[in-house]
Amino acid sequence: MNAQLVNEISIFVLAVFLGFEVISKVPTILHTPLMSGSNAIHGVILVGAMVIMATAHGAVQDVVGFLAVVLATINVVGGYVVTDRMLEMFKSRNPRGQKQP
Amino acid sequence: MHLSSGITLLYLLAAVLFIVGLHQLSSPRHARSGNLAAALGMGIAFVATIFVLHHSGFNLLLMSIAILIGLPVGAIAARSVKMTAMPQMVASFNGVGGGAAALVALIEFMRVPAGTSASLVLSISVVFAVVIGAVSFAGSAIAFTKLQEMMRGTPITYPGQQPVNGVVAAAIVVMGVLIVVTHIGVAALWVLLVLALVLGVAFVLPIGGADMPVVISLLNAFTGLAVAGDGFVVGNPVLIVGGTLVGASGSFLTKMMSDAMGRSLNNLLFGAFGKVLVSPDAVGAAQRSVRSGTAEDIGTLLAYSQRVIIVPGYGLAVAQAQHAVRDLADALEKRGVTVDYAIHPVAGRMPGHMNVLLAEANVPYEQLKDMDEINDYFKSADVALVVGANDVVNPAARNSPGSPIYGMPILNADEAKNVIFMKRSMRPGFAGIDNELLYDPKTTMLFGDAKDSLIKLVAAVKAA
Repeated sequence: MNAQLVNEISIFVLAVFLGFEVISKVPTILHTPLMSGSNAIHGVILVGAMVIMATAHGAVQDVVGFLAVVLATINVVGGYVVTDRMLEMFKSRNPRGQKQP
Repeated sequence: MHLSSGITLLYLLAAVLFIVGLHQLSSPRHARSGNLAAALGMGIAFVATIFVLHHSGFNLLLMSIAILIGLPVGAIAARSVKMTAMPQMVASFNGVGGGAAALVALIEFMRVPAGTSASLVLSISVVFAVVIGAVSFAGSAIAFTKLQEMMRGTPITYPGQQPVNGVVAAAIVVMGVLIVVTHIGVAALWVLLVLALVLGVAFVLPIGGADMPVVISLLNAFTGLAVAGDGFVVGNPVLIVGGTLVGASGSFLTKMMSDAMGRSLNNLLFGAFGKVLVSPDAVGAAQRSVRSGTAEDIGTLLAYSQRVIIVPGYGLAVAQAQHAVRDLADALEKRGVTVDYAIHPVAGRMPGHMNVLLAEANVPYEQLKDMDEINDYFKSADVALVVGANDVVNPAARNSPGSPIYGMPILNADEAKNVIFMKRSMRPGFAGIDNELLYDPKTTMLFGDAKDSLIKLVAAVKAA
């Protein structure tokens, strides 16, 4: 096993525990936004798609890589925008209620 | 892939922002800034990546075009989607991510020079990312079509389904092992990809529409793991961290969701297999009579109540009636009626979906009550007003062990003195099962579009 692989495995194992810890106390109302937000985070596959695309050789790799970048970009952009739209609604607590007598 | 220390530090910063973002997403006050933090992290990872690319003019041009195509597609889809269609939107963004993860691994495997063999770690991670990514892609596509009602939402089963799926899964395992052990090459990986797509479809088909949110959450975790696998494939730490975080937190979230429905994940995913879903009650029920009332009668009943509990469901969202229900609550409160909203954990089509919709109509947080918080108060409520909900108040979940929703915690609407059901028709709910409560003597139906009916009710309450 080379040093890089050992590093990668360490990162992986620590991230597993972190992933469980970091969301342990989520109220139900935030389940959907949380799912959507984490959905956007796995859009980081865009980084992988870009790296692969930049060094693609030949038509097959070009086409597959192109597709991967398109899909990953949709994942990232759509994921964050849609999560922001959901959360925008929690911004103001009770604007209409305050106006009432 | 060799990364300079500067780039590695930028990736570290991105990873930290992902973690901070996820953490803040767990609290209502900071959720929005959490999402922005995660987005900033993504921006940093993106910019850092531009610096590590090996410059080749043609490929960079292609890449830029690909990004310029994906960007507006994602942004426009996310901006234009209705709040009611949110679950299927999340499903499709998840699916494309899974697809991208599978394709990245596929390309990397194509690069292994002919005649040489890939390292063990590379082939294992490639097989993992291709299988999981493709299952997530195909599964999300089926989840999307079911939620979008382009396909029947009820479980789709056929004889021998379980053995057939078992064979596909076994074929995937055999193929995967062959690829890792014997180095039979890229063609085998394409076959593996197709098999995994088939499994993704077959896996989600027998799952009912009501359980779809949990499935989407599970597939979300899958995509995370596939992305982490790609991190090992291309040797990139930010993919490992980002993917693993989503894989772990997503699995946890999936468990929380299935707990909220009172079902084990195993039962939910494989419950419909090999079961013939004929409900004898449903046949007999068709002939039974129900009591229906006019908006005026029901408006008067509501106006002279002490306590009204509104049970909103997906039908309310479909009719875009969030604002109308808020108007009704305002009118009742003006007359001194105590009004609360009872929110079932899976009201709408995803946990928290109904809260999002009601927040859109500026319903105050304090009136939104969790199931545990409100369930004891139904006894003292004069009216339970069920707007476009069905399965979440179905007593079959309590008393009918044969029912597909048996064991799911429900709102005790049947304990209220009067139950008003606002529905478009007698059609059963999303789970496709009949509801005894509809035939209860204390139940009154108010048929019609939820929004129209609510507007009539508001007028009736004001006139009473």
